[in-house]
Parts: sequence; C-alpha cells; structure tokens
Amino acid sequence: MIIPFSYAAKNVSARKLTTVLTAAGMALVVFVFATVLMLQEGLRKTLVDTGSADNIVVTRRSSGTEVQSAIDRAQAGIIENQPEIAYGPDGRARVSKETVVLITLRKRDTDKASNVIIRGVGAQGSELRPQVRIVDGRMFRPGSSEIIAGRSIAERFHGARVGEQLRFGMRDWMVVGTFDANGSGFDSEIWGDAEQLMQAFRRPVFSSMILKLADANGFAALKLRLESDPRLTVEAKRETVFYAEQSEVLANFIGYLGLTLSVIFSIGATIGAMITMYASVASRTAEIGTLRALGFRRSGILWVFLLESVLLGLVGGVTGLVLASFMQFLTISTMNWQSFAELAFSFTLNPSITAKALGFAMAMGLVGGFLPALRASKLNIIDALRAA
Amino acid sequence: MYYLKLILRNALRHKLRTGLTVLGIFVAILAFGLLRTVVEAWFAGADNASATRLVTRNSISLAFPLPITYSDRIRRVEGVTHVSHANWFGGIYVSEKNFFPQFAVDAASYFPLYPEYRIDPALMKTFMLDRKGCIVGRKLAAQYGFKVGDVVPLRGSIFPGTWEFRVDAIYDGADPKTDTSQFFFHWDYLNETLKQTVPRRANSVGVYIVGIDHSQHAAAVSAAIDESFRNSLAETLTETEKAFQLGFVAMTEAIVIAIQIVSFLVIFVIMAVMANTMAMTSRERLTEHATMKAMGFGPARLSALIFGESMAIALFGAAIGIVATRPVANWFASKLGTLFPVFGVSGNTVLMQLGAAVLVGAVAALFPGMHAARLRIVDGLRSIG
Repeated sequence: MIIPFSYAAKNVSARKLTTVLTAAGMALVVFVFATVLMLQEGLRKTLVDTGSADNIVVTRRSSGTEVQSAIDRAQAGIIENQPEIAYGPDGRARVSKETVVLITLRKRDTDKASNVIIRGVGAQGSELRPQVRIVDGRMFRPGSSEIIAGRSIAERFHGARVGEQLRFGMRDWMVVGTFDANGSGFDSEIWGDAEQLMQAFRRPVFSSMILKLADANGFAALKLRLESDPRLTVEAKRETVFYAEQSEVLANFIGYLGLTLSVIFSIGATIGAMITMYASVASRTAEIGTLRALGFRRSGILWVFLLESVLLGLVGGVTGLVLASFMQFLTISTMNWQSFAELAFSFTLNPSITAKALGFAMAMGLVGGFLPALRASKLNIIDALRAA
Repeated sequence: MYYLKLILRNALRHKLRTGLTVLGIFVAILAFGLLRTVVEAWFAGADNASATRLVTRNSISLAFPLPITYSDRIRRVEGVTHVSHANWFGGIYVSEKNFFPQFAVDAASYFPLYPEYRIDPALMKTFMLDRKGCIVGRKLAAQYGFKVGDVVPLRGSIFPGTWEFRVDAIYDGADPKTDTSQFFFHWDYLNETLKQTVPRRANSVGVYIVGIDHSQHAAAVSAAIDESFRNSLAETLTETEKAFQLGFVAMTEAIVIAIQIVSFLVIFVIMAVMANTMAMTSRERLTEHATMKAMGFGPARLSALIFGESMAIALFGAAIGIVATRPVANWFASKLGTLFPVFGVSGNTVLMQLGAAVLVGAVAALFPGMHAARLRIVDGLRSIG
C-alpha cells in the first residue's frame, strides 16, 4: 500500500512560514544557478551567431585577436586569389579585407570609458554577414567619413546614434546608420570603410580577412595551403571557431565562478531543507507511528518524506526560475578579456537550463531530506506511538 | 550570567538543528568573505596606485602607440619631474593559459618611478648591462619556478616571433599589497628588434608614465600635457595612475557588480535558513514561553532570550567562518596564481562578515521574539506543539 501523494503535498503546505522560508532559501540558490547558466548560454549564443560555418577568418599567426593581427597588402593579394573562395554574381571573389582597431568611447549612463571595436569592412563585408541589417538610417558610403554603429553601441555610447558624430583619427565621423546583427557580437561594433579607417589611423595594413568558401569542405585544403605558404605568416580558422575562442576565457570564468557559487550556496539551502525536514519528522512522530500501525511499510514512510522534501525543493526551484526568467530582459555588457573590447550579451533561458535548474532544486531537496526521512522510516512503532 | 547560561542551554537543546544552522552560517559567512575578497582584489591595482604618477596614452585607445619623441616634450611641461615609458608586450609563455603582464620598459627611468619594487642593487646592475635580461616579480617567479639565470621564452602575440629573456633579478614588493606578478624587460631590446623586423612599428611606446612634483598638480599637469599634443597625429589622454587603473575595473564593472549582488544573496539564503530555525524553535516552545510569562518574565526579557539565542548561534557560526576565511583565501590565492596580483582578506571584509552575522541573527529573532512578547499566557498554555 502506498501513502497517497496528497499526504506529502498537504504536509508541505501545513506550516506556511517554515515552507516559505525554506523554499525562499532554495529559490535564491536556484536563481543564482539558473542566471549563471543563462549568462553562459547568452554568451555562447552571441558568439555562435557571430560566425557562420563557411566563412573563414585569416589572421597573422599567433596573434589571437583581430586587433593584434596584421596582414599587408601583398599578403592580402595572395590570400584573396585562392581557388576555394566563392565568387559572387558580379564575378568578384567573396572576400572582405578588414581593419579592426579599438577606440575608447564614453558610456551614456555612467560616462565611463570603454573600448569599442571599430571595424573597417571591404565592399563585401556586409554581404558576408547576412545577419547584419540596417534598422535605422542607411549604410555608409564607401570612400567617405561615414560610419554605422551596432545596436548595443548606439544605445549605450555617447555620439553613436544616427545623426551624431564621433571624433577620432583627426576627423569627424558621421554616424549615418544603426545596424542590428541579430544579437551577435557585431552588435557591439562600429563599422566603416576599411580604406578610410586605415588612412585615418595611419595603419597601412589590414587586420584580418574574411573569405567565403565555395564549398564548406574546402577548408582543410585552403588552411594547409595558406599556412604552409612561405610568403605568408597567417592562420586560417572557421569563423565559428574563431569567435568561440574569442570568448573562451570569459565563458570559462563565468562557468567556474557560477559552479563554485552554486555549490557553496546549495550547501546552505540543503541544510535549510534538512532542518525543516528533521523538524517535520520530529513533530509528526506519533503520526508516523500511527501510519506504521495502520500497515504502511518503512519504505513507504521513507518514500513519502523524501517526496515531501523534493516537493519543497520543487517549490523553491519554480520560484527561483520564475525570478530568473525576468533576467532575460537584461543585457550584460562587459569587457571581453581576449579582444579587450566591449561585448554585450543577454541572459538566455532555454528548456535545457529549465530542466537543469529544476533538477538541481529537487536534488537539493532529496539530499536535504534523505537523513530525516531515514530517521522517520527507522522509528519503532511502539516508541513513536508513545511520543504523543 | 544566569541569562547567558539559559541562552546557551536553549541553543544547545536541539544539538543537531543548532549544529546544522551553525554549519550553514559558517559556509555562508565564509563564502561572503571570499566574494568580498574577490571584489577587493579587482580594485587592488587602483588602490595601490600612486597619486604622483600620471599615465599618458593615445587618446584613440590603448591599442594605439605614441611616438617616442613625445618624451622630451612631456618633460618640458611644468610640474613634471620624471618621464618613463612602457609597452604592453602581451607574450604567451608556453600556453595561453599562463597569462601574466609583461612590459617593455625604459629601465633607467622606470624603476626610480616605482620605489615599491625592491630590487637587489647588484642584480639591478646586471640587468642594466644585459640587453636581453628581464626582471620578474616574486609571486610570478614562485608560480612558474623562475630563478635568476633562467631563460624564459615568450611567443609574441602583438610583436611577432619568439623572444627569449634571461631572468636577471627578482623584485619584491615594499608591502604585501604590491603587485609582484609582473615581468619587465628592456624597451631598447624590443625597439631594436622591431627596427629590423617591422620598422613601421619601431620608435613607439604604449604609455608614458609621468612623475609629478605634487599630487595636487595632477589635474593641471594632465591638462597641460594633453594640450601640447592637441591636433597632432597622436593626441594624448593623460590621467592619474589610479584613474587609469579604475578604467580597467570599469570595463569589467558588470562582473564586479554581479559578484557583489551574489555576495549579498548568500546572506539572504542563510537568513532564510536561520529564520526558519528560530521560528521552529519558538513554535515548539510556546507552552514554555507561556509558563515563563506566568512566572513573571516580562515580554522584553522573553524577546531578549530569543534574540540572545539567535545571536549566539549566528555569531558562533560566523566566528568559525571568519577564522577560516584567511586560510581558505590563501589556498585560493595559491591556486589562482597570478590571476589576481593581490588577494588577501582585509580588515574591512572581516568587519562586513561580522556585520552580516549580526544582521542575520537579529532578523531571524525578529518574528519569533515579537510573537513571544505578544503571546497571551492562556493561548500559550493551551497550544500543543
């Protein structure tokens, strides 16, 4: 005979203050756990969306980032004539020779300075990134001092909205458009004409080259040829891999910090559950005795107290998740250590995180409830009945 | 004295529950202390900055260099006593994981500006004569086992090629908060090599470090330096070393704020646990409280007993937590290596831990205490646990 589920459920709701306090502790832990996972997911999504699998990024060997990389014009000429590169309908190779530098801009809300990536793109730069759309104003005209800003830059930095001006490299640059890159890393960049920016910054070399492959399988051959060419000192990576590597340190940092915090916090919340369940067992000793006398087995008692504890965890878990889901409205922007530039990303909730968070909450309940439930199941019928 | 005994007896009545609560508070206070320490470590660079040092850099961003010729022009500005320069090298030692800051510096002018780096004069002399030499910090040396005479290869990420340096000296900090995780070598070595490999990038420096006569002149001198390079090919931005360091902190502000919020959340978690313990305890003792009231204990005295019990548990847990923070922080510091140049528990952190414990104890006793004070004797005597 099995003790009905409603017995456990009603016990959870019997003592409201205790249930609320215990569940609140667990809810906070689940909140922290879920937000960290959401942050990691948001960062991952931002960078996965930044790259596309058949785009190749070529940078100077062991430079790590585009900002530190340099490719001179002669080298660029060799790279853009590789046979694996796709050709557009206009008969030109689908290549963008880009110059990537950092400029310091001030934030609108705090007036604090932060590094922003400014990317000079070639004629095909935006065609190679189909996710980039102009949402306000227009595209910059090649050969002019015009720039366009990513959505999250336009919102957060002085002088980056359409119609405003930025001054750097002894020139005033007119912001003529705002673009949306669908939540990818490009949203945290400013784009302009590569040749104009190279002149303004007195930097006669490109930073990186973006190549579109005609056939995604041609990567291995292209990489081998480029990296073994004695005239070049470059390395080629798939764009997806390149951007994933760009945020490795930040992603790991968030991951480790989140894991450590979740573990430490869960100790506190599990102890809370344990205290509650021990009290629950102690105050119901006579009841347990009665249940046993009625013919319920020890395993049934163990089971029902575990169930009660898991339910407690679940209440906390759901509350925590509901709180965490509000975080999706927030965008975090911080410096990515590797690229040394501002990167904006948001908290992203998905079914896998929901499942993990609820599982985590129930596990806390289970661990916290195990010893008290064991004690309940081991009670002697006679002693338990006498306790009343 | 009598009350103290009663409080202790009460606290120890449910040994298991009290034990678990103390354990919870211990973990929470420990975690709180460590998180505060992480936040402080974030700001450590700025806290140690000297008020009489300014940093001049390219106004576009740090990624752009300044010409070496600016040195003499900065020296001529009123109030400037020293000028030195440095380049961020950004080399990789064996693998990307081994991150530590490396600077190419003009040694003759750089080290006099940083008296907090203690270097054996004899070894310093060797370094000055050794073009491919380097000076490493004590903490850095300890982490990678660098000894005087070792050769350290760095793969340049900003400056191409593999560079080799011989460790000529190890510097110590004047006090424990000095950053001894840095790596210095001769700017001349970098520059001479660049002249041959990438001539366009030679004769340029990343930042100028400017020593001034008095900290009060910082704003005026900064403005004067920037004014003298206005409308040039490389306009400058000069700020105090502290502002410069805080600029880095500001860039990662979101993370610092997140850690700060989380450090307070852990206190809330334990507050819920502790409040639960106290609520359960006083619920079980309703009859007892009523009896005590009947015997003549006033409401205030009864609340004080509950308050005292709550405080005793909270402070006991916190005491162990505070004692444990330092060794755990030291263990972390040894594991983290040079990620945080300075990682130590400050007196401020201990005070905040103590404050958090008092807060937790007080809040947990609030409702049970009020309830006990308001309790009607008849109701209490009637209640059955």
